[in-house]
Amino acid sequence: MEQPKDGLILFCKKDCATCTMIVPVMKKLSAGNQALTIFTQDDPGFPEGLSGVIDDTSLEQSYHFQIETVPTLIRLENGQEIGRTVGWDREEWRTMTGIKSLGEGLPPFRPGCGAKNVEPGIVEELAVRFGGIHLASRRIASPPLEDEMETCFAHGWTDGLPVVPPTEVRVVRMLEGTTRSPDEGVGIIPPNQMACTVEKAAINAVMAGCKPEYLPVVLAAVEAACLDEFCLHGLLATTYFSGPVVIVNGPVVKAIGMNSGGNALGQGNRANATIGRALQLIVRNVGGGRPGEIDRAALGNPGKYTFCFAEDEPGSPWEPLSVERGFPEETSTVTLFAGDGVQAVVDQLSRTPESLARSFALCLRSVAHPKIPMAADAVLVVSPEHGNIFRQAGWTKARLKEELDHLLHIPGLELVRGAQGIAEGIPEAMKDITLPKFRPGGLNLVHAGGTAGKFSAIIGGWVASGPRGSQLVTKEIRS
Amino acid sequence: MKPTTILLDPTAEKSPERRERIQRPTDLKGITIGLLNISKPRGDIFLDEVERQLIEQGLNVRRFQKPTFARVAPLELKQEIKSQCEVVIEALAD
Repeated sequence: MEQPKDGLILFCKKDCATCTMIVPVMKKLSAGNQALTIFTQDDPGFPEGLSGVIDDTSLEQSYHFQIETVPTLIRLENGQEIGRTVGWDREEWRTMTGIKSLGEGLPPFRPGCGAKNVEPGIVEELAVRFGGIHLASRRIASPPLEDEMETCFAHGWTDGLPVVPPTEVRVVRMLEGTTRSPDEGVGIIPPNQMACTVEKAAINAVMAGCKPEYLPVVLAAVEAACLDEFCLHGLLATTYFSGPVVIVNGPVVKAIGMNSGGNALGQGNRANATIGRALQLIVRNVGGGRPGEIDRAALGNPGKYTFCFAEDEPGSPWEPLSVERGFPEETSTVTLFAGDGVQAVVDQLSRTPESLARSFALCLRSVAHPKIPMAADAVLVVSPEHGNIFRQAGWTKARLKEELDHLLHIPGLELVRGAQGIAEGIPEAMKDITLPKFRPGGLNLVHAGGTAGKFSAIIGGWVASGPRGSQLVTKEIRS
Repeated sequence: MKPTTILLDPTAEKSPERRERIQRPTDLKGITIGLLNISKPRGDIFLDEVERQLIEQGLNVRRFQKPTFARVAPLELKQEIKSQCEVVIEALAD
């Protein structure tokens, strides 16, 4: 409908004690010589017996006038708002209407009630219905006889599991999670080198099952994945197992309820599960990276559905990964690692850091292959019970890394082709040198896991590591 | 029956640009053939043999190598190949 251009307009609802209290005021205004339009939000018959009452149960006018409280009285002049008062404030109403005796006998002040157009879940509906937000994406119709989830499968948008259908309302709601504009660029996604906007990321985050407050983490993960050092294109195309592993640090972990404790690398936590999945869906849908096409993985790994967890900072004997990588402790970050599956490290008997470090080293040797040095990086996830052994002995993270580096220098003779009856290995010419298992900086430690269980975990990395392949990357999470 | 639901397209809304292949040469004589080793193991052995056979036929051959198979070829390398060769044979896998 056309909006009034001049005079007073009043928004009210029957289900508001203040609105019902001021019905005599409305009647007095209506009987006067000022133009008055009353919009009623819930009951078109309220207030009874007055002319000029307009049914706004669709909330269109309430939305356009951005009403937050009823009653709200607005004065318009030539279509411009020149005055507004919220709730019942007798003096303000008298000033705005110019009627000195208005509200005689009523209390001088009574707060209003919440307007219906700002009730939870309504705002986004109204934004879509009344054009409050512009979304650039192509609209795809899911026909009446087809389940929306099947429409998503039919279009090839899913990772094999059902996705949440990305309706306009859901996407608008998702975009509430960031202050960034929907058309802002986030990164160029391989293999098709397509621009990913905040809007496209939000659509895929909806499909992954994210809550709006996870969106900043998803956006930071996309930004990190697009850094040249991460080499997403090669990681996607490789025949190797790996995919992006997302490690989250900082206050955001607690704020959005991520799991860094029991089963941190497993299922069951919505934020962990959906943030990692959103990144993978963006690679699939925006970048066009699909298994069997550009994704040439021989076997892949289950983490390619989603692999995201948080570091347990409060329980850690060491500084967080983000701090180690140069960010302040109060800064939330995502760190991306080109990793594959989880390999268990069981050591229930070590009680000294020296013994436990030796266990770690022995298990770490098997990343990719025990006879292949300096190929894959690794992340060692140290659990609380193992972490305690280092804490009690006063071992810093640097001290443990130094010890592991020492233990993981391997004589070439053990690694050469043919050694131990295994053809795989390094060239014979290298038999007389000692080689580190990991390139410098190639082994990283994080702390996570439940408080019971003397187990840690190795996440092996892509065999193309470092400048020739993928390196660990960290990005700050912005709102 | 549910009403028609409107969904937002999560893709980049473009198929990869389909480019026409350039005209194939009818004869390799007189043109330069690039042999690109992408740095996968044993690519050099394969290309050595290809090179030997091409030279036996009196053809011009130049060798190139990517720094790493894991990354796309650097722009400079692509430009170098393009400026020196008319066709390229790539040793793709190990």
